[in-house]
Amino acid sequence: MVDTTKFKPNTVYVTYIAATPEKVWQALTDPAFTKQYFAGFAVDVEPRTGGAFRMLYPDGRTHISGEVVDWSPPRRFCCTWVVEGMPGFAELPACLVTYDIEQAGDAVKLTMTEAHSWDVPEAILSGGRSGWPAILSSLKSLLETGKSLVIIMEPPKELIEAVKALKK
Amino acid sequence: MSKPTFVYVTYIASTPEKVFKALTDTEATAKFWFGNAVTSDWKVGSPVTFHREGKLILSGKVIEHDASRRLSYTFTPHHEPHNGSDTSRVVMDLEQQKGQVKLTVTHDGFAPDSTVFAGISNGWPLVLSNLKSYLETGTTPLYAPWYEEAAQRATAEA
Repeated sequence: MVDTTKFKPNTVYVTYIAATPEKVWQALTDPAFTKQYFAGFAVDVEPRTGGAFRMLYPDGRTHISGEVVDWSPPRRFCCTWVVEGMPGFAELPACLVTYDIEQAGDAVKLTMTEAHSWDVPEAILSGGRSGWPAILSSLKSLLETGKSLVIIMEPPKELIEAVKALKK
Repeated sequence: MSKPTFVYVTYIASTPEKVFKALTDTEATAKFWFGNAVTSDWKVGSPVTFHREGKLILSGKVIEHDASRRLSYTFTPHHEPHNGSDTSRVVMDLEQQKGQVKLTVTHDGFAPDSTVFAGISNGWPLVLSNLKSYLETGTTPLYAPWYEEAAQRATAEA
């Protein structure tokens, strides 16, 4: 199991959703939901701490792989992440993605924290910083209105350049 | 050390006109901004005030008003524990993207000894989550009494 104390949070996104903690948990861990709001990726997770975690392309190839670090429904879901599906990204150290779910009045506070074990260049952080607001806005819409958002998502150019530069 | 900048992005299934109207309308802000109703004529240099139950909560001046694209004003909190002298700056950028609006709120320009940053870092995700629900569903899931209690707890813990 990965030593989470070595990871430092770099990107945090908070959204409040009119739903129950159980419903938000389902949206994060059920492929029928993630396919709708997470850029088409299907989550594939072994429902236990230490289990395997993957996000799959529609054709079944792996986009992201990792290990479940904390499986505590419906409060905390934490995984390591390695982006396998993009050239050069698989060699980067795994990051840690944690979803915390808390009751907030009649709604739910969802906090996503992306943490890293190395001194990550800002350009590489730009991927998550542009992607998480789109993904989690779409998740909120899906749970509140039944319809996700179709958001154009492309990795920032600076991110691709930074990953290429690291390989040299 | 660089001064802090708070940036929050949300995507709302709406039009730039509707999002801009909500951000500048007295009745709309009262609904999604936890009872804080905005008043301004939105001319550059004009005052902006937010009142809740007759009390002045925030004040500022219009820096930029570019209808449906950009809104910017200075931001001075008057509610506890602030005394109305700690001024920073808010910029709201709206961008149409297919069926939704990308709304980016950038809050910066804090004085070196400002105590406002922690509060706004908690506050903007609440306000903008509620704005998104208000425009997409017509409801505001985060309502004022809960917000008041949460703010009091936060102050007590600080």
